Amino acid sequence: MAEAAKIDPMHQFAIQPLGGGELVASPFQFTNSALWMMIVLAAILVFMWGGTRRQLVPGRWQVAVESLTGFVDNITRSNIGADGRKYLPWVFTAFVFILFANWLGAMPFAILGSHPFTVTSQFSVTGVMAIISFAIVLIVGFWKHGLHFFSLFVPKDTPFVLKLLIAPIEFVSFLVRPFSLGLRPFVAMFAGHILLDVFGNFVVQGLNSGSPLGWFISALCFVFVIGVNALELLVGGIQAYVFALLTALYINDAVNLH
Amino acid sequence: MDLAAAQVIGAGLAAIGVGAAAAGVGSVFGNFLQGALRNPAAADGQQGRLFIGFAAAELLGLMAFAVAMIILYAR
Repeated sequence: MAEAAKIDPMHQFAIQPLGGGELVASPFQFTNSALWMMIVLAAILVFMWGGTRRQLVPGRWQVAVESLTGFVDNITRSNIGADGRKYLPWVFTAFVFILFANWLGAMPFAILGSHPFTVTSQFSVTGVMAIISFAIVLIVGFWKHGLHFFSLFVPKDTPFVLKLLIAPIEFVSFLVRPFSLGLRPFVAMFAGHILLDVFGNFVVQGLNSGSPLGWFISALCFVFVIGVNALELLVGGIQAYVFALLTALYINDAVNLH
Repeated sequence: MDLAAAQVIGAGLAAIGVGAAAAGVGSVFGNFLQGALRNPAAADGQQGRLFIGFAAAELLGLMAFAVAMIILYAR
């Protein structure tokens, strides 16, 4: 049996300029990440455009778009309150972008000979989205309440001694928010795709081994990969939902100052 | 012990945290299901809180995973 090739699960996350060449720190390089962001954008545009023709009797497509917008609208309304509508554009943008990027990245385009790139598996993407959410919280908070916004760190009706203890803890937990918000969708995609890559390689190596035991293990891994792929779709949806939900919650803190 | 072996052992130890987070996520959903079966009418209204708890529990596991990856691929 030939020596099995070393599995390199990190290769799929490499950002490369299209058409070969070295990656340099220049904004004028068109990378695979940029290409897949464009593809995600195109998919969102087609999906939204097809469903916003304002038919009086909605067709299937329009119902799909309406239930998606209604779902996100419900997140903002139930968490922020009546004036949560103002923040719907960002929450909806973040939700739909993460959802489409996660799901497009999990599609089996390898059958067509190309390699999907999951945009949200880069911390630079999800991190910037988390920073935007955090900036909205800070700007809205200071705009609406001025310096009174700092009372967010001091819960009401607490004994003075406890306030001294709780205020720094609340402050630190507030500062950690952008990191945790950006880390969550990134790591979920990162971990899932490493798992898929490793077990996908096991399938190929088992088939190449040429022994019945190898074929058996290969079949087991194939079933496992199918299950993990289904889980990946579920996780992609949950992570988009959690990002939208937490963004709405944080904005609620800034708007209503618990 | 050379660095590569120590890295692999360290990454494996860091991955224990992922299993601990699994217990946390299971506890969140299990307790939610328990409460939902006792009062199914109130269950739908609490789904937002369910996912907040899930996100908080899951985040710690993901951090353990991130630490494991950093240890494994650090040079």
